[in-house]
Amino acid sequence: MKKTLILTSALVGVAGAPQAQEGQLNLLSWGGSYGNSHVEAYAKPFEAETGIRVTISDADNPATPLKAQVEAGNVTTDIASVEYADAVRLCDEGLLEEIDASVLVDAEDGTTPEDDFIDGAITECFIGTDVYSMVLAYNDDQFPDAKPSAPADFFDTENFPGKRSMRKGAKFNLEFALMADGVPADEVYDLLGTPEGVDRAFAKLEEIKPDVIWWEAGAQPPQLLADGEVSMAYAFNGRIFAAAQEDDLPFEIVWDGQIYEMEGWVIPQGAQNVEAAHEFIAFTTAPQHQARAAEFISYGPPRRSAAALVGNMEGTDIPMGPNLPTYAENMTNALASNLDFWVDHDGELNERFSAWLAQ
Amino acid sequence: MSRTSADDAFVVFDRVQKSYDGQSLVVKDLNLQIGKGEFMTMLGPSGSGKTTCLMMLAGFETATHGEIRLDGRNINDVPPHKRGIGMVFQNYALFPHMTVGENLSFPLEVRGMGKVERESRIMRALDMVQMGKFRNRRPAQLSGGQQQRIALARALVFDPKLVLMDEPLGALDKQLREHMQFEIKALHERLGITVVYVTHDQGEALTMSDRIAVFNDGRIQQLAPPATLYEAPENSFVAGFIGENNALPGVIEKLDGDNALVRLANGALIDATAVNIRENGQPTTVSIRPERVEFKPEMMPPDAHTIDAEVRDVVYMGDILRTRLRVAGSDDFVMKCRNTLGQTRLSPGQQIKIGWHPRDARALDPVTTQQGSVN
Amino acid sequence: MSQALDPHAATVAKAAGVEPGPRLTTADGRPLTRALARSSRKARRRAFLLVLPLLLFILITFVVPIGQMLQRSVKNDGFSANMPQISAWFAENPRGTEPDEAAWAALAADLQQAARDRTIGIVGTRINYDMAGTRSLFTSAGRQARNGLEPPYRDAILDIDARWESPALWSIMREASSAYTANFYLAALDRTRNTQGDIVMAPSERQVYIMLFQRTFVMSAVITFMTFLLGFPVAHLLATLPLRKSNLLMIFVLLPFWTSLLVRTTSWMVLLQQQGVINDILVWLGIIGTGQRLQMIYNQTGTIIAMTHILLPFMILPLYSVMRTINPSYVRAARSLGATSWTAFRRIYFPQTLPGLGAGALLVFILAVGYYITPALVGGSSGQLISNMIAMHMMQTLNWSMAAALAALLLASVLLLYWVYDRLVGIDNLKLG
Repeated sequence: MKKTLILTSALVGVAGAPQAQEGQLNLLSWGGSYGNSHVEAYAKPFEAETGIRVTISDADNPATPLKAQVEAGNVTTDIASVEYADAVRLCDEGLLEEIDASVLVDAEDGTTPEDDFIDGAITECFIGTDVYSMVLAYNDDQFPDAKPSAPADFFDTENFPGKRSMRKGAKFNLEFALMADGVPADEVYDLLGTPEGVDRAFAKLEEIKPDVIWWEAGAQPPQLLADGEVSMAYAFNGRIFAAAQEDDLPFEIVWDGQIYEMEGWVIPQGAQNVEAAHEFIAFTTAPQHQARAAEFISYGPPRRSAAALVGNMEGTDIPMGPNLPTYAENMTNALASNLDFWVDHDGELNERFSAWLAQ
Repeated sequence: MSRTSADDAFVVFDRVQKSYDGQSLVVKDLNLQIGKGEFMTMLGPSGSGKTTCLMMLAGFETATHGEIRLDGRNINDVPPHKRGIGMVFQNYALFPHMTVGENLSFPLEVRGMGKVERESRIMRALDMVQMGKFRNRRPAQLSGGQQQRIALARALVFDPKLVLMDEPLGALDKQLREHMQFEIKALHERLGITVVYVTHDQGEALTMSDRIAVFNDGRIQQLAPPATLYEAPENSFVAGFIGENNALPGVIEKLDGDNALVRLANGALIDATAVNIRENGQPTTVSIRPERVEFKPEMMPPDAHTIDAEVRDVVYMGDILRTRLRVAGSDDFVMKCRNTLGQTRLSPGQQIKIGWHPRDARALDPVTTQQGSVN
Repeated sequence: MSQALDPHAATVAKAAGVEPGPRLTTADGRPLTRALARSSRKARRRAFLLVLPLLLFILITFVVPIGQMLQRSVKNDGFSANMPQISAWFAENPRGTEPDEAAWAALAADLQQAARDRTIGIVGTRINYDMAGTRSLFTSAGRQARNGLEPPYRDAILDIDARWESPALWSIMREASSAYTANFYLAALDRTRNTQGDIVMAPSERQVYIMLFQRTFVMSAVITFMTFLLGFPVAHLLATLPLRKSNLLMIFVLLPFWTSLLVRTTSWMVLLQQQGVINDILVWLGIIGTGQRLQMIYNQTGTIIAMTHILLPFMILPLYSVMRTINPSYVRAARSLGATSWTAFRRIYFPQTLPGLGAGALLVFILAVGYYITPALVGGSSGQLISNMIAMHMMQTLNWSMAAALAALLLASVLLLYWVYDRLVGIDNLKLG
């Protein structure tokens, strides 16, 4: 393995080994409207202030090319935006640089970053930038009388008719099923850690299995809702919000039963411009810049002090605050996705989920 | 084989017309009778309608108008596979995924013939073309001549009464072609089948056919046995298309029964036989075969008109001497003399007088297109 | 005719196995074969230099990555490289040996070292592949071991978590103590090892791969058959039309190539979904009631329709290029020999299209076997194929060894198919265009 890897990197190296470049930062992001928020709220002001040129490339999931780059010894990325789960995994595998959290700036009122960030947003390899969540969304046109208001309503096709759309995968669905079955948010993962809990979650999913259209790409659920193909979807809040705003669609979000996750910055092991990357992290996690990013996409800042600074949605007069997962009122019965749990059980539960799907 | 009347003819084209596009006719009012056992060749330049006629007969094209009869039966609406006509294609069309034996077996199988009978017929057909040893070969393993024989055997193996051949020898070299002409002719005579043969090679047509239909511009220009066609062409196209020919344009000076006196462009007068001209003053083209031109007075009839000629060059061709002359303002008048002992050798620049027997010069329709010139 | 003049005669002689003559020499007495080799050496060297860039390109972009993938499917040194002492203990003591204090000491030392090196995650990940839930066992043990462990080590480690005593865990660590393992292939075939190291079936609720392999091959076969059914007449039409018209039609055939996946997917949705155009028309015509709208997408039907659509050109193009070369006189000859048009098609035309059909079918089948975006988007739960599992392990669980094992099995089955095709039809009968 080593030998072939060396060979590959040697061959790649012929084309031009990556070198540290002064005043240069290579950012690997996600593209789409989320990537756009990185450009507008982070990269452009950062360039203006520091003069460091930010080159942005996109990936479907930056963690995948990042792993490949580090393993091949050909790291062209300096900083990447990844999901928390991937950050934990990559960090444990020693593929990430440690991030010096002392560069983070204090809040305006002097609160230290450690107190200002929500739990888990600062780890040795990862600094959180935004919080997004899976939420129950429905098409208001389909429910003229009673409106869905809780996870249990999603599984009640009698009183709330119509098809459902869920993500094709075990994660989120198993937790959501348990919450709908009456399990309080803080007990969900303890229960899922037992075989009985997993059985119970699958049994709950089984109730609506024939009525579910499984989505794979984040763009699908708003489309399915818009077409009237499904009446409810369990989907990323940002996609639902963006579709509702851009196309003026009657989508409503039920925050009860949301499962939130974080995304944030990581620096790959062997990155060329580590210093500039730290500078970038300090800049972008400053409260005013985090608040600015939330005006482009409805992902909430993981800093408490930033929430108050969020203004109206860019180009409109719609206040962004109440549409963010981290808005105080939206956090009742919210579940923080447990990454240790999923790192441990991802493979096993997804295999079981696929087997269950295929039955 | 002589001409056959419409009643006892084996194949009849009756006022057949064919158009592909509804704008123009590729076959114009075709009437043709082919007798049983006859070897009939359709000869003509490409685009003259001969292949279309063959395809209509085979059933791959439908006549736009008129009737085609086979053995007294109208076959206009009979699909090709029910016509029982053998056909040899230009590229042989041997099925490449079958062996020689399977190729020959195919027409017998689709007729539901038993295995034993098939075997004997296949062997007989292969022996007939001396290809018995090649039964298990694939067509790609055979040379062009061998493929040709197999194609012939396949077209004959189910004993058709009529065999159509569409330029079957076009892909062979000269020597092989001449050999195969001989073999096909021999088979025809041995089996007594009726053959309709399409070619654009006049040599092939002359050596093989009982009768030749010369096609041009969608019409049969002349239908006659080879010798008649050569010696008594009925129009300038046939005269030009078959064999080498000298064409002299002129005007009829005097018409006296079959004899015509023609004044050439330079004012000289020549004798000719009137063929398709009707009155004095009519423009005409006089056609004389090169081997019928004489320059020694003793070889000409006593009262023949002679004209002046200047020798351009003499080509030695072994058996003959081919002399190019300047006659009546034209440089490509050809005279052929047998290379006999004591033959007079002409030299370039020499002034001579040439003449011919009036029977050999035919006053035909005036040439209007390129086709009528020396072929 | 003489052999020299007839190019086919040479083939015939070779086919008949004619013995070569005595050894020939050149005028100065050297063997002719050697002289020939010398004279053609320079030309061969130049030809080799010409193909060298391509050779390197293929080597780098194809052979090396596939080799790495194959290696990754049998090799994972995540445990053995980072836990050297306990791995050595496993090597010295046969299976069935109860872990003694030496083993626990080795484990403790390795855990400490791995925690300091920050490789404990790799170790945990490796074991987690075979036993879910153990990754956090390792990382939490590592966190505590970093501060140092006191003997007796057995008690010290069991204090951290009692699960360390599990025989299943020790059995799996033993498996992982060798860098090379067939376990990923076992898992890819729904099999696993029990604590005795015997191969047994995986728990029934986790058996998914064999079923997905079967479904992938059945669906690919159906899709291949559908492309044949739809593509054959189109290819025939294209091959027989005048060039100008067939070029225009060819653009329509190639249209799916030129539209983006998203456009295509969206149009299928608009057409096929329950509130879609086709269902609307059927309801409007009164053929079905509003409550009986057909489910034509997000299931196998959707996958078959969408993939048939996208793969159709791969069937049509080779068929077209073969049909174009089939002289119409073959069918005419068959008809003149007494065959009905059906017989002429069946026995003469169709067999000659086989090289194109074989190439098209092989192409479509192999592409269908590996397709994953389309089934992912329109396949729903029942239209999911093995490639979706490979993608999941590649992108989601990051278990690349598992993805590599699944991909290698897929590759092997495609090669097997290729071999069967070669035996049945002959690979030299393949005509791609």
